[in-house]
Amino acid sequence: MAIAPGDLASSLPDRTVRHRIGGEDLIRYALVAAFAAILYLFVLYPLGHVLWRSVLDNTGRFIGVANYARYFGTPAIAASITNSLHVSIAAMVVTVGLAFVYAYGLTRTLMPWRGLFRLVALLPLFAPSLVQGLAFIYVFGNNGIFTRLTDINVGIYGAKGIIAAEVFYCFPHALLILMAALAATDARLYDAARTLGASPLKTFVTVTLPGVKFGLVSACFVVFTLVITDFGAPKAIGGKFSVMATEIYNQVSGQQNFTMGATVSVVLLIPAVLAFLVDRLVQRRQYALVTSASKPLQPRRRPLADWGMFAYCGVISAVIVGMLLAILVYSLVKRWPYNFTPTLHHYTFDTVGGYFPLLNSVYVAGLTAAVGTVLAFVGAYVVEKCRTAASGPLYLLAVLPVSIPGMVLGLAYIFAFNAPGSILNKLYGTLAILIISNVIHYFTVGFLTATTALKQMDAEFESVSASLGVPFYRTFWRVTVPIALPSIVSISMYFFLNAMVTLSAVVFLVAPGTELAAVAVLLMDDAGDTAQAAAMSICIIAIGLTVRLGYWALMRGVNRRTQAWLNTGAEQAGNG
Amino acid sequence: MDQPIRNEGDSAPIKGAQTQEGGSAGAMSRPPQMNDSRPPAVALEGIAKKFGQFVALHSITLSVGSGEFVCFLGPSGCGKTTLLRIIAGLERQNAGVVRMAGRDVSGLPPALRNYGIVFQSYALFPNLTVARNVAYGLETRRTAKPDIERRVDELLALIGLSQHKHKYPAQLSGGEQQRVALARALAPSPALLLLDEPLSALDARVRQSLRHEVRQLQRRLGVTTIMVTHDQEEALAMADRIVVMNHGVVEQVGAPAEVYMRPASPFVARFVGQMNFIPATAGERAGWARVGSVELRHLPGPSVAPGTPLTLAIRPEEILVGPAARDGENGLLTRIRAVQFLGPFTRLTLGLAGDSGAALECDVAANAFAELGAAEGAELRLGLRPDALRVFVAAE
Repeated sequence: MAIAPGDLASSLPDRTVRHRIGGEDLIRYALVAAFAAILYLFVLYPLGHVLWRSVLDNTGRFIGVANYARYFGTPAIAASITNSLHVSIAAMVVTVGLAFVYAYGLTRTLMPWRGLFRLVALLPLFAPSLVQGLAFIYVFGNNGIFTRLTDINVGIYGAKGIIAAEVFYCFPHALLILMAALAATDARLYDAARTLGASPLKTFVTVTLPGVKFGLVSACFVVFTLVITDFGAPKAIGGKFSVMATEIYNQVSGQQNFTMGATVSVVLLIPAVLAFLVDRLVQRRQYALVTSASKPLQPRRRPLADWGMFAYCGVISAVIVGMLLAILVYSLVKRWPYNFTPTLHHYTFDTVGGYFPLLNSVYVAGLTAAVGTVLAFVGAYVVEKCRTAASGPLYLLAVLPVSIPGMVLGLAYIFAFNAPGSILNKLYGTLAILIISNVIHYFTVGFLTATTALKQMDAEFESVSASLGVPFYRTFWRVTVPIALPSIVSISMYFFLNAMVTLSAVVFLVAPGTELAAVAVLLMDDAGDTAQAAAMSICIIAIGLTVRLGYWALMRGVNRRTQAWLNTGAEQAGNG
Repeated sequence: MDQPIRNEGDSAPIKGAQTQEGGSAGAMSRPPQMNDSRPPAVALEGIAKKFGQFVALHSITLSVGSGEFVCFLGPSGCGKTTLLRIIAGLERQNAGVVRMAGRDVSGLPPALRNYGIVFQSYALFPNLTVARNVAYGLETRRTAKPDIERRVDELLALIGLSQHKHKYPAQLSGGEQQRVALARALAPSPALLLLDEPLSALDARVRQSLRHEVRQLQRRLGVTTIMVTHDQEEALAMADRIVVMNHGVVEQVGAPAEVYMRPASPFVARFVGQMNFIPATAGERAGWARVGSVELRHLPGPSVAPGTPLTLAIRPEEILVGPAARDGENGLLTRIRAVQFLGPFTRLTLGLAGDSGAALECDVAANAFAELGAAEGAELRLGLRPDALRVFVAAE
C-alpha cells in the first residue's frame, strides 16, 4: 500500500459528487433564500442606510466624516458620549454588585421566602424602563412624596436618577445570569475545599468567584449594553443630562437633523457591538466549566448567613415593591402628593384617545410573538439543519440584531422604509413595521434559544427520516417541533413581553393610529398627564403579568404532556 | 417494493466461496457469490473522500453480496463510518461510484437509495411511541392503515417487544431501544441495512446478547447488512466477512476465521485479537528465520534475501508449553517475567533469551499452568508451532 497521501489529496477533485436535486431540496433552498432575504431586508439594508446617511449632509450631499467631526467638536453634543459611558459604567457596577449578593442569597443559602424574593426581583421586567424613571420622580422628584415629606430634594433629575432607574431596570437581567452561573457549580469542589480545611472566605475567593467569573463578566456586559442603549429612563428622568440615545431622539424628533441622528447612531453602535463580541467570546468558554459528572451543590443551613441574606433580599424586594406601589397609588389617587382621594379617573386615558394604544400594544406584541417565534425557530432550523454555504453568514446576520440599539434600529427603518418611491414605503406608518422592528430587535435571543434546543436533539433524526423516505418537513413538524415545544413557548413569551415594554425602536415608527402603550406613557408624561402615564404603566405591567401567568399555566400543561415521554424533568421556560 | 419476511437459510451466504478469495491485502474485485449471476447488493468502485487536505478514504473498491453480513472494522478515524455514510448518501464522496444491485446510486439523495439505518445513539423519536416509531417510514408510503398496523405488530413480535408497543422510548432500556431502532429501519423492507456502531452505547452483557439477536434476525430476513464497528470481537462474532480498515485504506477482506488466522498485515494481526511480534532476520534457507542464536521455521512468506529484517508473529494461545514444547519443533528457552491470573487462563509474560529484551505473552489454561509448576523467574521452554508462526517483512 504505497500511497503518498499528499499526492492523493491533490489528485482528488475538491468537489464532491453531486446528488440529484429533488423537490425536498428545492423547499430547503427556498427556506434558506427566504431567511436570507428577510435578514437582508430588515437588518443589513436598513443598517447600511444609517451608515450611509452619517456621511451625507441634510441635502443628501456626500461630506465624508464632516458629521463626525462636528459631533466630536460640539461640546454640547459630544458630552452625550461621556455621559453615556458614565451612567452605563456606574449602573453596571451597582447593578451587578447588588444582583450578585441577591443571586447568592437565592441559590446558596436556605433563607426563607426564596421563591417570593425571586418573583419580586423579576417584576421590573414587566415595565418599560421609562416607568422605572417615573417611579423615582414620583418619590424623589420636585413634587415627589419623599421630597414633600422631608423637604429634602435629592436632585434626582440627571445622572443620579438615570443610574437609579437603570439599576432597577437591569436588576432582573443581571440576576437571571448570575443565578444561572451560581447554580452551575460542582459540589465536589466545595467538599474538597472543606476537607482541605479552607476557611469560608478562602473558599469563596478560590472556588465561588472563579466559578462564576464568566457569569459576572457576562452580566456586566449585558447591563452595560442595556443601559447605554436605553432610551426610556434617561428620557423620563434625565432632564438636561443628555445621553447618546436621547441625543439621537433630540436630533431626529426635535431638530429634524437626520444626518446627525445617523452619526450619533453609528457611534452608539461601537460600544454595543464591542460588548456583544466580548460577551460571545466569554460565553463560549463558560461551557467547559461544568461537566455532566458535576454534582449540584446543596446549600447547608447557616443561620447567620441565611438571616443576613433574608434581611438584604427583604430590603431590596421592599424597594422594588415600593416603587411599583408608588406608581399604582399615583395612578389611583386624585392628585399625588396633595390629594389622596381614590379615583379611577386617570384610567380613562382621554389625552391619547382611550384604550386603543393599549390594544395596539397587545396586538403588536401578540403578532411579534407569533411571527418572531416562527422566524426564530425556522431560521435556527435552516441554519442548523439545512447545512449550506450560507449557514455561516446567516448565523452571523441572525446574531447581529442584539448589538443594534433600539434607537438605531428605529432610525434605520425610517431611512429604509420612509423613502419615497420605494415599494417598502407602504410599510411605513403601519402596525406591520412595528411588528417587524420588534421581531428584529429581539430576534437574537429567540434565535439562539432555538439553536440551543435544536443542538440538543439527536443529530441523526434527519438522517433516519431521509433513510425512511420521510421528507424533512414532516419530521420537522412531527418530531422537531414537539420536542422543542418548551423552548418555543419560552421564545414566544420573550418576544411578547419585550414587545409590550419596548420604547426605543418603536418611538420613531409609531404614526397616528398606530400608537403603542409605552409610547403613550412617554407622550402623556411629556404633556404633563403624569397620573395617566402612571395608569398606563400599570396597565402594561398588569398585561405582562397576566400573560406571564398564562404562560406559566401553559408550560405546566406542556410539561405534563412532554413528561410522558421524557424521563428527566422537562426544562422549565427560562428567562423570567 | 415490499418483500415478505424470508425464511431462515433462504439466502444464507456461501462461506466457502468467500474464504478462497480473501486473504490478500487491498481491494476485492469479484463478487462473493460466484454462483449468483445477480450483481452484488452493494458495489463500491474507487471511493475516495477528503476533508480539506485530509484524505479520509483512498480509493476503496469492494462489493457486498446479496444477503451477506459485512463488518467494517477498524480503529476510530480509519474512515469506516465515512464509508458507511457515503453508501447511505449522508456524505458525498470526492470520487468513485456506489452501486446498489447494479444500479449507480452515486447521484441519488438518501431518500431514494432504499436502505434502513441504525445509529449508535438509537435516534428514536422520543415523542412517539414504540409503535409510531416503527410505523414512521411506512406512513408516507401510502400504505393502508391496517397494513401498517399488521407490519408494526409483525416487527415488534420479531424483536420481542410486542408488550411495549405503547410505551415511549425513554421508558425502555438501551438494548430495547436499539431493537426498536432496528425494527424501524427494517419496517419498509429495505434492500440494505446499515448499522453504525449499533451496540457501542450498550453495556457489555446487553451487547453480547444483542449481538446474537441481530445476527439471528439478519439471517432470518436475509437482508444484506453492513455494520461499522471498532470492536473486533463483535466483528468476529457477527460478520460473514470482515473488511479491516486503517487510515482510509482496506487492509484485508475476509471471513472472520481467515482474518484471525491469516492476517494480511501486522496491523490486522495486532488489531484483531492478541499477537506477539518477534524481531527476526531471514535465514539462509527459505521458510526459516533467525532469532538470536536459534533458527525457527515459519509459515511460507515473501521471499527475501537472507539477513532481511523480519517480524514473526504468533498468538498467545498458540504457543506450546510443557510436554508439548519439549519434543516439538521451534523450541525456545525463556524466563517468566510476570504471571497474570485471568480466570479461565493464565497469561505469562516471558523474556526472550539474549539482549533483544523482547517479551512474549503466552496464555496457558488454568489447569495446565498448575501442572507446569512454574513461577515468576523460572525458566520455561516454549514451542512456536511452525504452522502458527506468521512472517512479515519488518517495516523500516
